[in-house]
Amino acid sequence: MAVLLTKNSKILVQGITGNQGRFHTKQMLAYGSQVVGGISPGKSGETVEGVPVFDTVEKAVQQTGADASIVFVPAPFAKDAAFEAMENGIKLLVMIPEHIPVKDSIDITTRAQELGVTVIGPNTFGIISPGEQTKMGIMPNHIYKPGPIGVVARSGTLSYEIAFSLTNGGFGQTTVVGMGGDPVVGQTFISVLHHFKDDPDTEGVVMVGEIGGSAEEEAAEYLKNFGKPVVAYLAGRAAPPGKRMGHAGAIIERGRGTLESKEKALTAAGAQVVTMPWQVVDALKELMARR
Amino acid sequence: MKQYEYLAKGALREHGIPIPPGRLVNSPEDAYEAVEAIGPAALKAQVLVGGRGKAGGIRFANTPEEARETAKAMLGMDLKGYTVERLYAEGKLDIEREFYISVTTDRNKKVPLVMASLAGGVEIEDVDDSQIVRQWVDPRVGVLPYFGRELAQRLGLEGVLAREFADLVVKLYQIYREKDAELVEINPLAVVDGHLVAADARLNVDDSALFRHKNLELIDEGSEIEQKVHKIGLAFVELDGDIAIMANGAGMAMATVDAIQYFGGKPANFLDAGGGASVEPTAQALDVLVSMNPKVIFVNIFGGITRCDDVAKAILQVKNTTGIPVPLVVRLVGTNEKEGVRLLEEAGISAYSDMAPAAERAVELAGEGRS
Repeated sequence: MAVLLTKNSKILVQGITGNQGRFHTKQMLAYGSQVVGGISPGKSGETVEGVPVFDTVEKAVQQTGADASIVFVPAPFAKDAAFEAMENGIKLLVMIPEHIPVKDSIDITTRAQELGVTVIGPNTFGIISPGEQTKMGIMPNHIYKPGPIGVVARSGTLSYEIAFSLTNGGFGQTTVVGMGGDPVVGQTFISVLHHFKDDPDTEGVVMVGEIGGSAEEEAAEYLKNFGKPVVAYLAGRAAPPGKRMGHAGAIIERGRGTLESKEKALTAAGAQVVTMPWQVVDALKELMARR
Repeated sequence: MKQYEYLAKGALREHGIPIPPGRLVNSPEDAYEAVEAIGPAALKAQVLVGGRGKAGGIRFANTPEEARETAKAMLGMDLKGYTVERLYAEGKLDIEREFYISVTTDRNKKVPLVMASLAGGVEIEDVDDSQIVRQWVDPRVGVLPYFGRELAQRLGLEGVLAREFADLVVKLYQIYREKDAELVEINPLAVVDGHLVAADARLNVDDSALFRHKNLELIDEGSEIEQKVHKIGLAFVELDGDIAIMANGAGMAMATVDAIQYFGGKPANFLDAGGGASVEPTAQALDVLVSMNPKVIFVNIFGGITRCDDVAKAILQVKNTTGIPVPLVVRLVGTNEKEGVRLLEEAGISAYSDMAPAAERAVELAGEGRS
C-alpha cells in the first residue's frame, strides 16, 4: 500500500525529449512506473524508451487516460506546463524544476486547490511508493524497499541518505514524498502526514525538515493527535541567519525559521527529534518497539 | 536579490507612491548639485547592509558645499566590509507620524500577505503583534481599493490618510506582482504635512524570477569567495571555521556542516555541488575550497544522480593539477560507488562509506573535536 501514488497511476512526462526527461523516463520504467506518454511540442509521433510522444497534454490524456504527470521543462516554462496538465484533468502533478518564480508557484498551487490537484514540488525529487513499485521522480531506484514507514522530506539527497539508512536498518517504506525546497510548494508536512495517518500500512513516519519557514511548527500542532510514531531530523543546526542554504526556502529570516523553534515545537508534540541523520534508525527502532 | 534603496524608491515613484525628493549621487559634484536642487538633505550610502546609519553611512548636509565635502568623505569609504560607490541624496522630512506597510509571501498559506502597523519606524519584528494588522490576498483577485479601505479601517485611519493609504496598498501590491518581489516594504511610511510619504523602502526580488527582469543590475551581496562560487553556478555560504566542506544537494550540505559542528569541528563553508553535478563544476568547486587554505577538506557524497566516479575524477583532476595540500576526507556512496572508490584508492585516497566516521575523522585531522 501507499499514499498518493499507486501502481494504477498512469503517468505522463512533460519535457520527455530533454536530457533529464529521457534519462528519468528510463529510470522510472525500470522501476516499474506506468509511464504512458510524454509531451514535447512539435515532436508528436516520436517515442522515448518506447513511450509515445504527444504535442499536447490534451491529446496525451485522450489517447492514454493518464491521470498523473511529472514536469521536467525549464523553470521559465514550468507554469505553462503545470496549467496545461491541470486544465486537462491531471490530478497528481510532480514539479521537478528548481528556480520556478514564487509568483508562478502561487498561481499553480492556487489553481491546484480549486481543481483538487495534488502538486508535489516544485524543486523536489518527487514521490516513490516502493510497495507498489512505482515512482515519479529523480531518486535512485535501489535505495528503497517496501515496508511500513512513511517518509516526508524537504530535501532530496538528504532524504536518500535517510531512506537508505532505513532500508539498511530493516525499515522499508510505504511512500517517500519530497515536498520540495522552495518557499511555496504544493504540499505541507500536514497534508502528507494526513495521508500517512489514514494509510493502515504506514506504521511510523520520518520527517526530514530544515531551517526556514514554519512548516515544521505547523506540523507539530497536527502531530499532537497523530497516533503513530514520528522521528524528525532537521538540517541547518549550524546555519547562520540571513543566508540561503542552497534551497530557496532554507533561510532564517528576521529571526523566523530557526532550527531551535522547530525542534522545540516538534518535541513538545511528541515527535522524537534526532540531532544527526544517522540517528534516525535507532530512534525509530525504539519508538516502534514501545508501541 | 535585495535592491538598493534608490532602486526601491524608483519603483515606488514609477507606481505613483509619494517619495521624498531625491537624487542618485556618483561624485562630490553630483552631491553639490543635488542639495542645490532639493535643499538640506541626507546623504545615504547605497549599500545592502543593515544599521548603516549607526555605521556612519547616513550623513546630513545643509548646503551644497557641505554636501560636496561630505560626499568626498563618504564615496569610497568602507562600510561593514562594503565599499560605498554611490550615495542617495534625499530631502529632509519633517515627520509627524511613522507607519509601516509591506507585501510579502506567506509560505504556509501560499498567498501574498499585506502587513501594516501604525507603529512604524522600527523593525517590524520589534513591534508587538497586537499592533500589526494582517490581510491575506486572494491572488486570483489581487488587491482592489476596497482591500486597502478595509485595511485602513482596521488600523483606525480616517479621512485623507485613510484614502491615501488605501490607494497606496493597491500600488504596493502592483509592485509586488510586477517586480516578482519577495518583499516590498515601506518603513517608515511617514506622515508629512498630513500626507503619506514613503520615507524608506526595501525591495527584494525573487532570484528565481530574474529571467523576467533582465534590465535589473545583478547584485551579489556575497563575499569575494562566495561570488566566485556563485559564478560557477553553485550555492555557497562562507562560514568562519577551517574545515572546508563539499556535499551534493542542499539538505546534505547542511547536514554535513551540522555533522562537523556536532563532532566539535569548525565548518569553513556550506557548498552544495548540486544534485547531479558533473566533473568540471565539481573540480572548480574543489579548487575554490583548496584556495581557502583550510585545515582539512571534507567531501560528503551520497550519489543518487551524482555519479561517484565523476566525483572521484574531479578530485583526481584537482589533485593532479593545482594539488590538494591539506588532508582530504572523502565519504562516497551510491551510484557507481565501486568505480569511484577504486579510482581514489589507486591514487592513495581511501573513502568512507558512512557519514559519521568520515565527519569525525575530518574533525580529528583538523586537530579539533570534543575530547
